[in-house]
Amino acid sequence: MEKILLKNVDVPNINDIDVYIAHGGYMSLDKMLSMDSKDVLEEVKRSGLRGRGGAWFPAGMKWQFCVEVDRWPKYLIANADEGEPGTFKDRPFLEKDPHQLIEGMIVSAYAIKASGGYIYLRGEYPDAYRIMNAAIDQAYAKNLLGKNIKGSDFSFDLAVHSGAGAYICGEASALIESLEGKRGQFRVRPPYMATHGAYGRPTVVNNVETLVNVSHILNRGAEWWSSIGTKESPGPKVFGISGHLNKPGLYELPMGVPLRELIYEHGGGIKGGKKLKAIIPGGVSTSLLMPEHLDIKMDVKSLQEAGSAIGSGATMVMDEDTCIVHIIWRAMGFFCHESCGRCTPCREGTDWMVRILGRIENGQGRMEDLDVLADVCHTIHHNCFCPLGEGAVMPVLSSLKYFRHEYEEHIKGQRCPKGLKARERH
Amino acid sequence: MITLSKDTLAEIEKAAAKYPDRNSAIMPGLWAAQREFGHLSPEVIEAVAIAVGVPKAKAQGLATYHSLYWKKPVGKYVIMLCTNVACTLMGAETMLAHLEKKLGIHEGQTTPDGKFTLMEVECIGSCGYGPALVVNETFYYDLTESGIDAILAKY
Repeated sequence: MEKILLKNVDVPNINDIDVYIAHGGYMSLDKMLSMDSKDVLEEVKRSGLRGRGGAWFPAGMKWQFCVEVDRWPKYLIANADEGEPGTFKDRPFLEKDPHQLIEGMIVSAYAIKASGGYIYLRGEYPDAYRIMNAAIDQAYAKNLLGKNIKGSDFSFDLAVHSGAGAYICGEASALIESLEGKRGQFRVRPPYMATHGAYGRPTVVNNVETLVNVSHILNRGAEWWSSIGTKESPGPKVFGISGHLNKPGLYELPMGVPLRELIYEHGGGIKGGKKLKAIIPGGVSTSLLMPEHLDIKMDVKSLQEAGSAIGSGATMVMDEDTCIVHIIWRAMGFFCHESCGRCTPCREGTDWMVRILGRIENGQGRMEDLDVLADVCHTIHHNCFCPLGEGAVMPVLSSLKYFRHEYEEHIKGQRCPKGLKARERH
Repeated sequence: MITLSKDTLAEIEKAAAKYPDRNSAIMPGLWAAQREFGHLSPEVIEAVAIAVGVPKAKAQGLATYHSLYWKKPVGKYVIMLCTNVACTLMGAETMLAHLEKKLGIHEGQTTPDGKFTLMEVECIGSCGYGPALVVNETFYYDLTESGIDAILAKY
């Protein structure tokens, strides 16, 4: 398909605002200023744009909630805290086409009448920090940011806030806590971000890729945009595919691309001609899929029906030689490290599961450990405030469903059949 | 009592101006102080708290919450190797063993000459190009054992 979101990433010096403008950049601002903010909102609603960070909530509806609140100022925040393991799709927007994000944010801010904006950027992307800041300075110099943008009565300030390594800060309310100078921990809702977000003000938090789409929707119209992809999951999407593939990387494709096409056509198939064993379709917080799922479409509904989730579209592929227990042990190490510690089931449960998975991997597991794992999962599920614990449960339960025999093999044989070890980790 | 440099103090004030609440300047303040001092000792954290105008416990709470604020001294070059799922699938654990052997230290340690600190880290957003590591702020992708030798030789 025609590249829309990633069309600029290989253009030399696209980070320079003049080069970006010469390639049609910031065009949507003229159209935006000729429209009422309500009509910009309507256009985005009609497009069916859904949040691309992983929750897939309709963006227009999220904006509407904020628009309906009569308190000022309002804030727009780009969630650039890309941390879901397997996900690297927002990085090109932040490092290789910063003005596209700024343009998308200006239009989005106009629609919700936000006067302040932040890009909450993960601390692991220092290049993006410099690049985004330089781009913001250039946009200010051209009066595309700041007071009375292009001579209109619309004003919008934008700044970058750097995280410092905490996965949980990618969750909208934890992100806001962190922006406000607190430890990034989940806020109990209500009140919702739309009414009481950053600094107690009405706030919209959108994923980077969601915001990047907005200027294209305005430029070329909701009908054109939603003609890409599927009816319930429209639009282009950047899929990040990794693992045992011949051609891992980022691919911009229509939503609903079949998993088989993603892996075998774009990803070039399994490395070394090996057999496919399992797939994590949407980041490490999503349930495993099996080769029999290859014909499903990568859209919200299809993956839900397959018992998993599209998440961020970060697809990790495992070949026949992969030790599932080892991978799930490592995934759990991540959740345990990143659990904020507020909810007991998540804090204690992820720690227990690392230990149990580690001892199974090291040949010291007991058959009843498998029941304990399932039990811990059910204790976390629905008993924590934020989705981190829920995410931790998915890989474990799905691996027990599809690969119980592999766990049993570790326990009965008192070793990992692949000869791997679970290390002591700090 | 540690004194922050003029540049660090100016950075904190520049950051504070971007937010409606000075509390938001704690994180930028900690970043600036870490750039100045290399790591965040309790005294440095206190100095940041004073400069921002918040209780020391608040700044301490943020410093200990985040992985990228170093609470202990680190080497001149911090090697952060990702061993999360995508990188592990591509052989990150072999790379970790190689780095440990080559540097003569375990993960989490610093070489006796203070040159390298080796850290095993969570996802660094390089999943399609793994295994991957970062040396201070420079990314290296598609690692191999010989590739790692060449990277270390640069420093």
